[in-house]
Amino acid sequence: MRKLGLMAVAGLAGLALALGAWTLHPSAVQGGATISGKIKFTGTKPANPKIDMSEEPKCKAKYQGVPTEEVVVVNPNGTLANVFVYVKSGLPATYKAPEPAGDVTLDQDGCRYHPHVLGILVGQKLAIKNSDGILHNIKAKGVKNRPFNISQPTVMTSERTFTAPEVMIPLECNVHGWMHAWLGVLPHPFFAVSGADGSFSIKGLPPGTYTIEAWHEKYGTQTATVTVAGSETKTADFSFAAK
Amino acid sequence: MIERTLMRVTLLVAAGTVPLPAPRSLAAQDPTAGKKVYVKWCAGCHGDDGAGDGPAANAMLPRPRNFTGAIYKIRSTASGQLPTDADLLRAIDEGLSGSAMPAWKGRLSDAERRNVMAYLKTFSSFFADTSQHVVPLKFSSVPGGGSSVAALKEGRQFYDSIGCRKCHGDQGRGDGPSAPTLKDDAGFPIFAADLHENWRFRGGSGVEAIYHRLRTGLDGTPMPSFSDLIDQKFLTDEQLWRLAQYVRSLSPAKAPEVRDVIHAPQIARTLPLSPDDSAWARVDRYWFPLVGQVIRKARWFAPAVSGVWVQAVHDGKTLALRVTWDDRTQSPDTAWLGFEQRLMQTVTSDDSGPPTAEPWPDQLAVQFPRRLTDGMERPYFLMGAATDPVYQWRWTSQPRRAVAGLARGIDQFDTLPAAPAAQAAFDHGEWRVVLSRALATPDTGNEVQLEAGRAIPVAFFVWDGSSGEHGSRMALSTWYFLALDRPTPPGVFISPAVAMLVTLGLGLVVVRRAQRRGAGR
Repeated sequence: MRKLGLMAVAGLAGLALALGAWTLHPSAVQGGATISGKIKFTGTKPANPKIDMSEEPKCKAKYQGVPTEEVVVVNPNGTLANVFVYVKSGLPATYKAPEPAGDVTLDQDGCRYHPHVLGILVGQKLAIKNSDGILHNIKAKGVKNRPFNISQPTVMTSERTFTAPEVMIPLECNVHGWMHAWLGVLPHPFFAVSGADGSFSIKGLPPGTYTIEAWHEKYGTQTATVTVAGSETKTADFSFAAK
Repeated sequence: MIERTLMRVTLLVAAGTVPLPAPRSLAAQDPTAGKKVYVKWCAGCHGDDGAGDGPAANAMLPRPRNFTGAIYKIRSTASGQLPTDADLLRAIDEGLSGSAMPAWKGRLSDAERRNVMAYLKTFSSFFADTSQHVVPLKFSSVPGGGSSVAALKEGRQFYDSIGCRKCHGDQGRGDGPSAPTLKDDAGFPIFAADLHENWRFRGGSGVEAIYHRLRTGLDGTPMPSFSDLIDQKFLTDEQLWRLAQYVRSLSPAKAPEVRDVIHAPQIARTLPLSPDDSAWARVDRYWFPLVGQVIRKARWFAPAVSGVWVQAVHDGKTLALRVTWDDRTQSPDTAWLGFEQRLMQTVTSDDSGPPTAEPWPDQLAVQFPRRLTDGMERPYFLMGAATDPVYQWRWTSQPRRAVAGLARGIDQFDTLPAAPAAQAAFDHGEWRVVLSRALATPDTGNEVQLEAGRAIPVAFFVWDGSSGEHGSRMALSTWYFLALDRPTPPGVFISPAVAMLVTLGLGLVVVRRAQRRGAGR
């Protein structure tokens, strides 16, 4: 009887949590407009620097060939990955971001960061995970946010939050000079990172005219102005050229 | 009654019910008055706008602090937090060892230092942001037993397990595999600290200071905070103390004092010509600090080697001189070429522009006058002059050899036919070089005759090839002295005994006389 009661309570709690996540998760915001597009890439794709992981056999073993840095990742379909696309301006002054649902995870695996580019809400927890179990230090070099530098010599997770919008905060490991990641901190959930097909999608926007910025670590930024109404979907493509 | 009142006050204060007045040094800060002090004393290095870019900044490594980001290495707060006023004032009052920042206590008044601290806080908006937490970490006090073998062994265990060696190297001389890649937040090259020279630690040399740095990290540098490891129970607070105690044990118990005269005892056994001969452990060692060569062009403001340890012995015929110094690299070392390039671009020499990194060797020069004179006059310390050359031994790491010659200023070196014998060892960031030569040589005109009992002027020069040091870019000392001690003559031991006997005898005579006089009365 007691067991049943406990289970019922647990079940209800689970349901409540799921509901909470469903209503609060940014991508699950009901209705609203969508801005989506592709990040094209033109020109010859540059070779990424090779990484010499001989000092870290544990990491090296995770790769078949020679691992490289991820400065410019061009997808097989000719699009560009790791572009941070976000609403730079245009939200009504009264806009209030939903409470962040869950943490954002940054994993250190194979002496590289996963993901390489990521976004987070002001106040949302960044869970910094060390899956390698060897010494990493994680340094965040914010300018609007206080920078920090913490040590993770073993499999562990550290949590940090960010207080001010900032695009982008460089993250790095000084033990492994090749490890770089980029974190965009925003006061709203309207951001996306172009993936393996070069596409992005920003959903749940209130009607309005927005400045959308696309940021790439090597090729800089581009902006587009997009007006959306109701629950329509508008396209905003960007194109970066090899330098 | 007075006693009782005093006791009551003490108890109240102890209970925290009476608000203690704020420490005087931190009260009443006036940034406007501080600006005047800043412009006069600080802007030359830190820049008019506090960006760490004053006229002198380019010649410094580490660079002067850039105040605009409010990122400070030496704090009592968690990584990412602002420093406390006390932290800032400590840096101003005591300076930062191992950097160009001097101590201002005694040069500026209490009010001036307080005000300038208030002014430099105005360079960053973070200090005005009331949402910023500035809470000093609660540091425990040092546990006992830290110097025991077991404690140091435990500390060493954590040195390995938390990866200190990645940057600081296996023996702690800043020569770890990641060391050549290190940059600070501004992108300037930065050395992992040599843990054998704790008197150069920015935040203090003691075990407490080391523990505090482990807890707070050095913000703006690659050195992280290890506080999370205690929170997550990867290690205990006491174990972190053990690590701090181990690190402290790598440096001498006291910061080395400079003594002007190297005493070379005469020994009866065979001279220790190998750098790792165990006999060297019983020979007194002398520390000589080195500075960058900034007199002649091309000047060098960032000497990599901070000093040399010198030991000397002789056997009546030959002198053996052992010079030991910390150097992260056995140059030339291709792993450090990139670092060398960044270093040369960062520390601008006067007029010659940043040179390209090249695989230079490490070098040592030991300098003597050609001849000993009775007066105090010595040749120009900076490698003599055309008209008054100096006699030098020069050792290089590649090719591994030593030569002797006459230097006539920095640019001219004429090799002599007779070279000193040399043996060298490089071990985990340390060079140990033994140079030896006969005390008396046939070429009395050019080669100094090393006579026992004389004060023989001697000076030292060191180049770290992987820091781009070559030619006039070097670290140097001024003139010191080498004295070859004579074996102690037996008279030294006999005369005190004789003196004592004579004193005793005289004393007895006096006592006798006094007694006789007394008896006569």
